[in-house]
Amino acid sequence: MMKFVKFGVPFVLFAILVGFFAVGLTRDPREVPSPLIDKPAPQFQLTRLESPDHEFSPEQMRGKVWLLNVWASWCVSCRVEHPLLVQMSKTQQVPIVGLDYKDQRVDGMKWLSTHGDPYVLSAFDDEGKVGIDYGVYGVPETFVIDKQGVIRYKQIGPITQEALDRKILPLVKKLNG
Amino acid sequence: MIPELGHFALVVALALAVAQAAFSFIGAHTGRRALMGTSRSIATGQFLFVAAAFAALAYSFVSSDFSVVNVVQHSNSKLPWYYRFAATWGSHEGSMLLWTLMLGIWTFAVAVFSRHLPERLVTRVIGVMGLVSVGFLLFILLTSDPFERLIPAAAEGQDLNPLLQDPGMVAHPPMLYTGYVGFSVAFAFAIAALLEGRLDAAWARWSRPWTTAAWCFLTVGIMMGSIWAYYELGWGGWWFWDPVENASFMPWLAGTALIHSLAVTEKRGTFRAWTVLLAIVAFSLSLVGTFLVRSGVLTSVHAFATDPRRGIFILLFLVIVIGGSLAVFAWRAPRVGLGASFAPVSRESLLLANNVLLAVALAAVMLGTLYPLFLDALHLGKISVGPPYFDAVFFPLMAPAVFLMAIGPVASWKRAALPDLWLRLRWAFGIAIVTAVLLPFVFGHWSPVIAFGLWLGLWVVAAGVAQVWQRFAGAPQRGFAAKVRAQSLSWYGMQIAHVGVAAFIFGVTIVKGYETERDLRMAPGQHTTIAGYDFEFKGTRDLPGPNYSAIEGEFDVRHEGSTQVFLQLHPQKRTYAASGQTQTEASIDPGLTRDLYVSLGEPVEGNAWGVRVYYKPFVDWIWGGCALMALGGFLALSDRRYRLKRAATEPAGAAAQAMRP
Amino acid sequence: MRTILAALLLALATFAFGQAEEVAHPDAKVERRLKDLGEQLRCLVCQNETIAASQAPLALDLRNEIREMIRQGKSDDQIRAYLVARYGDFVLYKPPFKPNTILLWVGPFALLALGFGVMAIVIARRRSQGVPPAPQADAQGARIAALLEGEPPTGARKG
Repeated sequence: MMKFVKFGVPFVLFAILVGFFAVGLTRDPREVPSPLIDKPAPQFQLTRLESPDHEFSPEQMRGKVWLLNVWASWCVSCRVEHPLLVQMSKTQQVPIVGLDYKDQRVDGMKWLSTHGDPYVLSAFDDEGKVGIDYGVYGVPETFVIDKQGVIRYKQIGPITQEALDRKILPLVKKLNG
Repeated sequence: MIPELGHFALVVALALAVAQAAFSFIGAHTGRRALMGTSRSIATGQFLFVAAAFAALAYSFVSSDFSVVNVVQHSNSKLPWYYRFAATWGSHEGSMLLWTLMLGIWTFAVAVFSRHLPERLVTRVIGVMGLVSVGFLLFILLTSDPFERLIPAAAEGQDLNPLLQDPGMVAHPPMLYTGYVGFSVAFAFAIAALLEGRLDAAWARWSRPWTTAAWCFLTVGIMMGSIWAYYELGWGGWWFWDPVENASFMPWLAGTALIHSLAVTEKRGTFRAWTVLLAIVAFSLSLVGTFLVRSGVLTSVHAFATDPRRGIFILLFLVIVIGGSLAVFAWRAPRVGLGASFAPVSRESLLLANNVLLAVALAAVMLGTLYPLFLDALHLGKISVGPPYFDAVFFPLMAPAVFLMAIGPVASWKRAALPDLWLRLRWAFGIAIVTAVLLPFVFGHWSPVIAFGLWLGLWVVAAGVAQVWQRFAGAPQRGFAAKVRAQSLSWYGMQIAHVGVAAFIFGVTIVKGYETERDLRMAPGQHTTIAGYDFEFKGTRDLPGPNYSAIEGEFDVRHEGSTQVFLQLHPQKRTYAASGQTQTEASIDPGLTRDLYVSLGEPVEGNAWGVRVYYKPFVDWIWGGCALMALGGFLALSDRRYRLKRAATEPAGAAAQAMRP
Repeated sequence: MRTILAALLLALATFAFGQAEEVAHPDAKVERRLKDLGEQLRCLVCQNETIAASQAPLALDLRNEIREMIRQGKSDDQIRAYLVARYGDFVLYKPPFKPNTILLWVGPFALLALGFGVMAIVIARRRSQGVPPAPQADAQGARIAALLEGEPPTGARKG
């Protein structure tokens, strides 16, 4: 009896491996989850895209649930999600603050006037340092930040209708109490 | 028309493969000679049709038929003809067809070169290979058809990936796939033996040359991949423990363990169940490698464009082939029984230790490669496992194996006496230690790691020399030439292959210990010195190519202190017209004791460029060692004993005896 | 016309600078440390290159950040912690020793111990069983054995 068990071990090990492979097919190995979830949003002070004399810092959004959307005029995928953001801003569900990442001021403003401006305002991160602090590695990315300034969710890549309906909007609703 | 014919040929090949598998298994099971007799011809037919399909695809590429989707996506009319040909396997679909072609070739080889083997065994072997062919042909026809048409045809192709426009592309995949697929023969022999209920020394003798041949090709294939990465990627690295590299290395480790295990089974009739398991594992790893590269579960620089549907199909295929074979193993192997006994110190025990170490090394590479997947699947986080891990784990595991490699060939079968071993090897041991301790001072700085690496390599060589010396001294023949002729090719093969391992270790130790580089900005007229060589950047010029335009840098190299230019190096930065991609072409001066390597980075203000200059001592010994390993393997499989002609059956008594517990 | 051309060239130049330029006056020691560190870190964009090797814009930015931190006197551990805080363990090519990686680091050596244990059992079992070696049951096998030992095969033609 022991003999059969011993010879069956390779088969069992293989079965376990297949299980992992099967699950692996549903996962995305390229996606890098954010270690900032449930941590305070990193502080920064950047000039506003439209008015270089004014500054923005996340503290100004305390007491509100808001989205920080990282975008750029050179980013092709941003155009895919942008109509959704414009739509959202019209229905006033949640304030969206833009972070114009590694861009030229002129190009950024032009892009907004061409494609619509859903943002309460856009902060201008020309060097990308704030992006690094937020762990941005691919544009667009969006953060859901709560009333205490804690990051609660990160959307990697363009926001889809599905992500909006299933994750982001319910979360915003929950955080609003 | 040709693409349609190619597609049709694949369908016919599939039908033949099904027949090949069915007739073989039914024939072998029922003992019907008529059915069994068809297996060789059907297998040959299947091979011919797969070859025809491959020829059709190759023709479409070389003639730049842009009505074929695959050709549009991976070729271009300005591509030189040899790269147009190589582009046949430059895509997922094309490389799957290459796999299938290799499978056909190996099947055909088995059909042709197995006249002296028992009918039933060969029939089952061909049957198993037929099953594998069915899987691949179905996969191609259902998910990865290279003959898809584009109507209306495109005007021009999108070009082959510039990284692939290289002689390495012409040689590396065919060699590699020949190796991967070759293990299917050992696999088929193992399954056939399990089904037959016959697992003895004779079986090991029959499957050994096939296994060694596959191993040789795989060694050469991996070596070529490493060389290609070295000169193509521009960073002087030659191994990155990238998932796809590991996917080729794991079958190699299993294959190495297998050829050693087969040696024991052939000589002494022991380790039979383990050898059979290894044969199954080696080919299974080839298949798992295919899955890892094409399913998208791992990121890799090599990965083909992925499609979840393909991933599911391959996984299903893995379940059937590997799961099935391991089930057959669990079912039939218990009857194999225990082999002969041997002492704790003997050649058997040393080879067993070799196998244990190789198996653990294999498991370690697998663990490191798949661990990120394991964690992610269990939602336990996302990590990366890279060279720091593999280097830390792999070398400590392989070092004892290399140490024992020197002793194994000297130990006698069944029982070896330690004092006798010491007597034979003490000079080798002493010389190796002294040389290893002193040599680093010759090269530059001393470190224990370098000395240890050198000692391992020297120990293997010294022990080999001692062994050859003692063998010749004790040989009964008169005259050196007679003594040389008296030794078997397989013995020479072993010695050479082991020396190859030593050369490899030398190369790695010295390169890692003493390589230097300069990463700097150079303007024309500026100099930099590295390892006693003076490099002067002379500037760049434009150089058009067949399907690219290049900026070529010119470097004059002198020995430090001398005014005479003894070498000129010309690294390039190429921009390919069709895709717009840029590519660095390093310029390398290879040498027995060092490579000098220059590559261009990015242009900076003025006429200056970012430049990387490398001094790589003994780096070519790494691949020289691999070549020696393959040569040794080739010699071993050419041994006379595999070419002895014989009649069909063995005495029944021996077979029964071999299977009884 | 000339102003447009000048503006265009300036724009192009800015673009080129933004991509290619890293360091005005490289300090060898700093660059050495940067390279050693960078080769242990994973580029998050291309994901199959090190941060030292990658030409991706983010890699360039991160190299600049690391350079800054080296100049500020931060230790390797501090720099790694900085990156892990932002990108997670994914950025490290050498997996940290944590509860979820114990199996990874200990596994190979545990397997080695297991392997040698099995080997010891196998050898011991063979000894006690005392099964004699299987004889070469065929004449060809005997001939082969003789050939392999280098002795002249009795009576048979050589070659």
